[in-house]
Amino acid sequence: MTQATAAFGSNQPTPYFDDVIKKFVLAATFWGIVGFLVGDFIAWQLAFPALNLDLEWFSFGRVRPVHTSAVIFAFGGNILFGTSLYIVQRTCRAPLWGGAALGNFIFWGWQTIIVVAALGYVTGITQGKEYSEPEWYADLMITVVWVAYLLAFVGTLYKRKEPHIYVANWFFLAMIITIAMLHIGNNLAVPTVFFGGTWWKSYEIYSGVQDAMTQWWYGHNAVGFFLTAGFLGIMYYFVPKRAERPVYSYRLSIVHFWALIFLYIWAGPHHLHYTALPDWAQTLGMTFSVMLWMPSWGGMINGLMTLSGAWDKLRTDPVMRFLVTSVAFYGMSTFEGPMMSIKAVNSLSHYTDWGIGHVHSGSLGWVAFVSFGALYYLVPVLWQRKRLYSMRLVNLHFLIATVGIVLYITAMWISGIMQGLMWRAYDSLGFLQYSFVETVAAMHPYYVIRATGGILFLAGALIMAYNFYRTIKGDIRTEASYEAPVAAAARG
Amino acid sequence: MATKAEKDSVSGQFTTGHEWDGIKELNTPLPRWWVWIFFITIAWAVVYCILYPSWPGINGYWAGTKGYHSRTEVAQELEQAKAAKAVYLSKLKDASLDDIVKDKDLLNFALAGGRSVFNENCAACHGFGGVGAYGFPNLADDVWLWGGSLDDVRTTISFGIRNSNPNSRQSEMPAYGGGDVLNDAQLNDLAEYVLSLSKSSKDAVAAARGQAIFANNGCTTCHGEAGEGNQAVGAPALSAGVWLYKEKDQKAAIISQVKAPKQGVMPSWADRGLDDATIKELTVYVHSLGGGK
Repeated sequence: MTQATAAFGSNQPTPYFDDVIKKFVLAATFWGIVGFLVGDFIAWQLAFPALNLDLEWFSFGRVRPVHTSAVIFAFGGNILFGTSLYIVQRTCRAPLWGGAALGNFIFWGWQTIIVVAALGYVTGITQGKEYSEPEWYADLMITVVWVAYLLAFVGTLYKRKEPHIYVANWFFLAMIITIAMLHIGNNLAVPTVFFGGTWWKSYEIYSGVQDAMTQWWYGHNAVGFFLTAGFLGIMYYFVPKRAERPVYSYRLSIVHFWALIFLYIWAGPHHLHYTALPDWAQTLGMTFSVMLWMPSWGGMINGLMTLSGAWDKLRTDPVMRFLVTSVAFYGMSTFEGPMMSIKAVNSLSHYTDWGIGHVHSGSLGWVAFVSFGALYYLVPVLWQRKRLYSMRLVNLHFLIATVGIVLYITAMWISGIMQGLMWRAYDSLGFLQYSFVETVAAMHPYYVIRATGGILFLAGALIMAYNFYRTIKGDIRTEASYEAPVAAAARG
Repeated sequence: MATKAEKDSVSGQFTTGHEWDGIKELNTPLPRWWVWIFFITIAWAVVYCILYPSWPGINGYWAGTKGYHSRTEVAQELEQAKAAKAVYLSKLKDASLDDIVKDKDLLNFALAGGRSVFNENCAACHGFGGVGAYGFPNLADDVWLWGGSLDDVRTTISFGIRNSNPNSRQSEMPAYGGGDVLNDAQLNDLAEYVLSLSKSSKDAVAAARGQAIFANNGCTTCHGEAGEGNQAVGAPALSAGVWLYKEKDQKAAIISQVKAPKQGVMPSWADRGLDDATIKELTVYVHSLGGGK
């Protein structure tokens, strides 16, 4: 028996601070469901605009940042805090630096920020910068909590009893440092109160195309470091742990780590192709994005190939299905991304639903699936239960959510490419073939399909929450095991 | 913790000799294909950066060997698009509306352009093909509020209806509500009479009473003796049986419009920036939809 399986069912208290990890796990589950629900609501709004209820608080423009912030910063953020602080303690064999007090400060600070930011969005308080909507006062709170997180993480690393630092921690640390830099760089804003305005509205110190460039330097790297580097850290712990196999290649992990973090930071200008951004900056954004393809795939190779010798687990362990599928989606969207950054492709895909489909194949397929895998791993371990309440329900969640993602991204591919082609279609006399309204009407059926996919994804998350509830309660469902008797006997 | 490098029986690779919480790592070399594709993308990036504008310096940037400039490219494409239309456009500028309708090729061009401009600017209210919607007139039938001749249509498009443009078409249906002008019974009778003009009243007695109310309250001034309407003031022909505010209970809709009339507005498209040639295209297109006089 390896250590991974020994952890299950053991009643020995660990020397680690796990209570705060439990809170992060519960908060991630809660905010995930909130974020998916709000996302699906606005997806239906796009198909049936009357769902904005003619109330400003429910208008798409105000609710959309609630969705993006809830899934990225509330769901994703709690996942990152929880998993990274769990992993860093165990891979350093050191208790959390700052202990429960610092851990709780980070936890409650972050939840407060989420609520403060969301209240601002629905009441119309926003910086108007995508993924960076919170106003200056919420930004200051984020900075304080993030520095506390950096201290807890680096402090634990410093106190480690292991001679080397595990690869997952490189990714987490790169994420923490880079996000700090991005957050501060993109939020240098001054409240208008000093110029006869209000405390509730601020403006950036940059203007025009410099503001746009700073915004996408931030926006692209929020994806690159928060949703890629951070979640690669999660992958690097839970995949080998669950597969009970060594990581495929240490050398690859070094090369792709440094290549990834060096190249990613320059790729932002590909969000501003064919704009007022100077040509030379567009070229650099595109070329760095294309060079980023293999460094991104290094993580996919290390994730998938770690399974060699343990592929049978895909048959016997639904949690492994989440983890492996997440890596596959990661590979797919990190190929699609560089392709879409090529100017010729971008001239078709930019501003269309293709972009939305791309983001969601990454966020639903990669970020959320690897998170679900990690959560399913963590709940029985943290609450010291023998196993999850039901592995069959894990599989049901997996199937429903996968169908949901496939509906979502195929609908957005079709609608996005159709939209792009309609926008550029000319008739033989040189007039535009379609008006904007016609393109919107043509997208309606795909909006319905997308929103239906969203319902399935949300339903899967509710099944997961129920499974956690029963697991934590201590229940075990009577169900047919996935472990075939022969295989079990052979292993024993 | 540090362990000895050991051989993995599945892959045949050695571990690095590190272990964290039970996780070990193999020392597998980089996959060759991965390295090669990585190098190829880097080489491609270098070549691209030589060909196109790329590295910045203190006083400018490397302009690239191909002399590419995206703003020049856009300007060229716009010039080409303009040039492709130039022959017909210059004809269109000088031609009167009647000339356009007579010249088959010019008409074709104007209709194609008109359709494109209509769908982008007008369809949001009037619908594709000008079929209209609640409160927005149908342009594809032969019932017109402000006239359906080519000149009438052009005037309406250019200056709009009830807006601030000095040439805008203006008129205002007075409100007869509030009880001091017409009470509910009178309003009911009047509505029955209006319905009877298009033979849709079911209460001939009330309609007869309504006729007197119609005659005695100034309705005929604009809508005419027999409700035939007057396009000079945009007064709808009540006898046409075509309702701008069409509802299931049409009588209630008529009463509502008499008590507190909605005053529909249309913007001036000359003010909105459509040039003379474009407005001619639009005029010909709208005129062609089915109801042009």
